[in-house]
Amino acid sequence: MTPRARMLLWSAIRHIVLLAGALVMLTPFIWMVSTASKPQTEIFSSDLHLIPYQFALWDNLLIAFAKADLWRYLLNGLIVTISIFGLQVLVALPAAYALAKLRFLGRDVLFALVVFCILIPPQATAIPVFLLLHKMGVLDTYAALVLPFTISVFGIFLMRQFFKTVPDDLIDAARMDGISEFGIVWRVMLPTAIPAVTAFGIFSVVAHWNDYFWPLIVLNSEHLQTPPLAVAHFRNNEAGTNYGPLMAAAMVIIAPLVIAFLFAQRRFIEGITLTGIK
Amino acid sequence: MAEIEIRALRKAFDGAEVLKGVDLTIHDGEFISLVGPSGCGKSTLLRIIAGLEPQSSGEVRIDGVNADGVRPSARNLAMVFQSYALYPHLSVFDNIAVPLRMKRLSALERAPFLGRLMPGRRRAERVIRDDVERVAEQLEISPLLKRKPGQLSGGQRQRVAVGRAIVRQPRAFLFDEPLSNLDAKLRVHMRAEIAQLHRQLKTTFIYVTHDQAEAMTMSGRIAVMIGGELIQVGTPAAVYDDPHDIRVAEFVGTPKINVFPGRIRSDGRLEMLGHVLHVATPAPEGECRICVRPERIELALHGLLYGTVVHLENLGSEAFVHIGSAGTDAPVVARVNDPSQLPAIGATVGYGFAPEAVRAFDVDGKRIVTSVPSRVERPREKAVV
Repeated sequence: MTPRARMLLWSAIRHIVLLAGALVMLTPFIWMVSTASKPQTEIFSSDLHLIPYQFALWDNLLIAFAKADLWRYLLNGLIVTISIFGLQVLVALPAAYALAKLRFLGRDVLFALVVFCILIPPQATAIPVFLLLHKMGVLDTYAALVLPFTISVFGIFLMRQFFKTVPDDLIDAARMDGISEFGIVWRVMLPTAIPAVTAFGIFSVVAHWNDYFWPLIVLNSEHLQTPPLAVAHFRNNEAGTNYGPLMAAAMVIIAPLVIAFLFAQRRFIEGITLTGIK
Repeated sequence: MAEIEIRALRKAFDGAEVLKGVDLTIHDGEFISLVGPSGCGKSTLLRIIAGLEPQSSGEVRIDGVNADGVRPSARNLAMVFQSYALYPHLSVFDNIAVPLRMKRLSALERAPFLGRLMPGRRRAERVIRDDVERVAEQLEISPLLKRKPGQLSGGQRQRVAVGRAIVRQPRAFLFDEPLSNLDAKLRVHMRAEIAQLHRQLKTTFIYVTHDQAEAMTMSGRIAVMIGGELIQVGTPAAVYDDPHDIRVAEFVGTPKINVFPGRIRSDGRLEMLGHVLHVATPAPEGECRICVRPERIELALHGLLYGTVVHLENLGSEAFVHIGSAGTDAPVVARVNDPSQLPAIGATVGYGFAPEAVRAFDVDGKRIVTSVPSRVERPREKAVV
């Protein structure tokens, strides 16, 4: 075998393995699009086919939008994710700045506690937080969806690691110029940390847009529900689940993330590699 | 314009003492260099003067006023950093304008969107624009005002950093190794520019560097710091010619001063490698070190000492001959003013020096007073035995 042929073979094997991986990842999505495009009769037919004989995506979408107020759910998702991210930045940046750049007693212990908090799964604290929200009387409001996530230890950790790489001279220069400590956070650190903030934003928005667990627990009112809960509407134990419109609704719900990804693809990958290195 | 007094200043980091009681008065309008090897505490001293670091004890007085607890910006000193420390997201114009905006605009006027609506903002901005443009012109960076720091070369960034410092017309300038990140050629050029700037502004300049050549060429006075202590303060010529401590003698001057092991005899004469020198001292008998600058070492066929040439450094206008010699640890370096008459490597040469060139230090490194007793008969040769 010539070296060239061997290289080609390797390249072929590599691509086959990668394609297989991609297929495993994509199959559910392909199936979702396929099912959303089929009329009810074809979904329950015994033969498996990917391309529908009768294209019914438009009908399913119409049914989905008629049956549930999807726009409302999307708006809820937007309000909740943006509020969470905004508040997280408001808390994480000053905290990260203090942990990275200020010298005070107990700083290292505090930082160790922050790292320790990353280890605690959110489900573990769900019940105490639920009770707390109940006592505050904010269950079944936007506040219940937003407040528990305003302090992101992951965000503090990520920003702290990034701030560590900002030279001290820059901060001293800002102090000489008369910028206050809070001013330094917003006027100096935030602009230099835009890549890290973007990366954190991606993680935060994706996680809370897709969150099913917490909204399910704290919400009763239909008009506050977030996108993942909307999909659950189409499940019906008595009349049988209507899969066509359900899949169409699922498509609508993941669409904003997919579109955002396509627009900010480069930033996405930058952000993830950034967290990989640091 | 400011006189800065430093009194019994001490600083310790986690128990390690970085400054061990520094006293220094910096006169109004003076260009003083704090020079010393890395880790000697010179940058810490500068940061304490700036107010970026609190001292452990002692005090800093600016124009006779105790500066303790006064915020860095309120001290009205400007600092230029080694890494330039420009705001990477702001244009050159905005970088230079930052200290003015912080000083002249209220918090409300500086607010992101609301600020534009404030009545006084426009007028203040116009004055700031004039000030920034004047400084940019002075430093010849006017064409760069719209660029970001990332698009500038090292020398240009340095100018912007200097611009940001002078625009606020501070009482004194603090430079923290500002030329260390520049290449050798540009460094020499910027030296002249900074010295020129000082002549223009006539403000107090405090310049920290580990490069003794920078300190020697630019400043009116040099303060040599070693191991957290101020060893000697004086004009460049005085520090070079009349070092009070062997560490100063070794630190100042390139190539380094030659150090020979020596002894003080009971009759008060100095003895070196078995030769009695024509140098007398009132110091008591004992070991000592005898130092001679490379330019005072003279090569001769019949010298005081002999050695083999181990290395030659020809700089074109001058040359340095390294002579390996029995009795000295490091090769003896001699400057030759005419590089066309260099000995070959491996050749045996004689060398000597005038007794006036001797600087002697005791075992603790302190300077020993020496004198050259007058002699009835002058020697024929310059090299004296």
